[in-house]
Amino acid sequence: MLEIKNLHARIAEDGTEIINGLNMTVKAGEVAAIMGPNGSGKSTLSYVLAGRDDYEVTEGDIFYNGESILEMDPAERASAGLFLAFQYPMEIPGVATMQFLKVALNEQRKARGEDELTTPDFIKKVREAAGTLGVEMEMLKRPLNVGFSGGEKKRAEILQMKLLEPKLCVLDETDSGLDIDALKIVADGVNALRSPDRAVIVITHYQRLLEYIVPDTVHVLSKGRIVKTGDKSLALELEAKGYADIIAEAA
Amino acid sequence: MAATMKKPADAPLTAAETALVAQFGHRSSHLPGNADAVMARDKAVQTIKAHRLPTRKVEAWHYTDLRRLLNQFPDWRSDVAAGPADPLAEDAHRFVLINGQLTERADIEGCQVEGVADALRADVGGVALDAPADADDAIGAINTAFVTDGVRLSIADGAEIARPIELQSIHDGGQVHTRNLVSIGAGAKASFIDRHMGSGEAVLASNVTELTVREGAEVRWIIVQEQGAAASHLGKLTLTLEKDARATIFIANYGGRLVRQEVHAAATGEGADLTFRAINMIGEKAHCDVTLELDHLVANTTSTETVRNVVTGKAQGVFQGQIRVAQAAQKTDAQMACNTLLLSDEGGFATKPELEIFADDVVCAHGATVAEIDEDHLFYLMARGISAKTARGLLIEAFVDEIVEELEEDALIEALEIRIADWLEAHG
Ligand SMILES: Nc1ncnc2c1ncn2[C@@H]1O[C@H](COP(=O)(O)OP(=O)(O)O)[C@@H](O)[C@H]1O
Ligand SMILES: [Mg+2]
Repeated sequence: MLEIKNLHARIAEDGTEIINGLNMTVKAGEVAAIMGPNGSGKSTLSYVLAGRDDYEVTEGDIFYNGESILEMDPAERASAGLFLAFQYPMEIPGVATMQFLKVALNEQRKARGEDELTTPDFIKKVREAAGTLGVEMEMLKRPLNVGFSGGEKKRAEILQMKLLEPKLCVLDETDSGLDIDALKIVADGVNALRSPDRAVIVITHYQRLLEYIVPDTVHVLSKGRIVKTGDKSLALELEAKGYADIIAEAA
Repeated sequence: MAATMKKPADAPLTAAETALVAQFGHRSSHLPGNADAVMARDKAVQTIKAHRLPTRKVEAWHYTDLRRLLNQFPDWRSDVAAGPADPLAEDAHRFVLINGQLTERADIEGCQVEGVADALRADVGGVALDAPADADDAIGAINTAFVTDGVRLSIADGAEIARPIELQSIHDGGQVHTRNLVSIGAGAKASFIDRHMGSGEAVLASNVTELTVREGAEVRWIIVQEQGAAASHLGKLTLTLEKDARATIFIANYGGRLVRQEVHAAATGEGADLTFRAINMIGEKAHCDVTLELDHLVANTTSTETVRNVVTGKAQGVFQGQIRVAQAAQKTDAQMACNTLLLSDEGGFATKPELEIFADDVVCAHGATVAEIDEDHLFYLMARGISAKTARGLLIEAFVDEIVEELEEDALIEALEIRIADWLEAHG
């Protein structure tokens, strides 16, 4: 489903290379974990996948269902089924969360040639999704992410993911800032989305989340490239030995 | 306004000034008014002729060089075909002025109404035209010279007018000069929509409105300027707030080529409060100037001023906000902010906040920002599948709608927001 080949990406503004010859494949139905120390390029990779133009791809390619997505803008990628749950969701004053959700859902439907949702259908859908994630409808009347607590922001991201039903989900440190109860709710939300035609990439710093979202594959990212790939036992090994040892072994 | 008039050293009259003087010659005998009015009109034209229209050397006109920008003075039109429009708020009482002639008036309980043309002709109890006190008052001078009609409306003490009152001025090319005189009686309550709309024809419109809010009265005055791209619009609103009077002045500029809307407000009684809001959607080659002069003359008066601008194309915007706090005006609280969203490299916005404070125990603040669309916000919205155009629209609307939504009246909010969306569709 996703194939990243020899990807090099740099910060557009100053040319600093962050992603440095990265190779990785994720199959449909797979849950892949990307683990790595702070500053190794995890978030940068997620932004490059989503198409943020702060970064420039200088070499290599990203194939999604066999086609390069490098020429697609973020909206086109999202409509094609790619979803990024942000490590730091942005606060957008003045845009009500409900309005945002409705526009996003309908723009994606439009892009795929589907009919727009009616308001009652839309509200019903949101109500259902919010219920399972313990999100209050009151919260959705507020401007997007404005004044949400760290945990509320993360839940709101998962709510968006549930509503948009993407095919490839990238979760960037969705576990950070969540207490154990919230973590379980979020993990349940992600697990509910697992299906043979959908892939999930879980980016995390700690293996805690992986107890609840059990990965099929684990990739270790260091200095902008994948240095080691294994199964879920690699996460436990990382936890026991620490990043430094594993990265040194791989070098 | 400070009399800082400087005459462009014997410069020849511009084409527009020449046309103005010549047209006054042709028109003056057709204009309504008693002998005093004739004299005031004549004096107004003489003042313009003697001093010329103000240039950027005149402080109050520094960012709007009227002499350069007012480059046409279209002929009067007699073959006007335009009719009234649906009121902005469905249930409004409607007054209609078509090219400066009052053609429809509403009958409202608790409200006395008279046409200004008639009032100008009356020798007793009529409306007196004031020749402009100083040459900076170009809008007053042009309007005094050419005003044809308008609405004189006084709301009785204690009357609460439930439905909004719409003063609809329809412009179909040529010259349109109107004047409205409105008084809100003690303890009364009313809401107005002062609407200026037009076809694509070249027009010069001026409007002078005098609004007096008596003790304990409450008024909301919304100026909706939605003319075509060939319209010059010169507006001047004079507002007097007596003791415990409350006013919301809301200006929404969606159109016009050359727009200057002045508001001269004075809090003359303790407890008076002014909420001043403006949204300016400025595109293409438009020049749009909102100028506020507010005098806090007595103790314990409050005001807030918020201006939000969206500028695109080669458009230029201006906000001048002058707040003067007299020595006697202790405990004044005034908060002013002007924020601009600049969508193009060639557009610009000039903000000139001025606080002149002569009292010591006051709270006054002002702030101004000019920003572009936040690229991070744009990315976040697009990452959810929202196209670039829609996402930009959402962010721009969020910026201006926030001010509109303070009006807390759904029909009105919707009407103003639809105009914002339409403007974005055309210019975004
Ligand atoms: N837009 C940016 N501007 C400056 N530095 C950046 C930018 N994006 C990433 N970096 C730098 O690139 C490195 C990788 O960052 P990031 O991808 O956020 O790492 P991680 O998510 O693995 O902690 C860090 O050193 C970070 O400071
Ligand atoms: Mg990160």
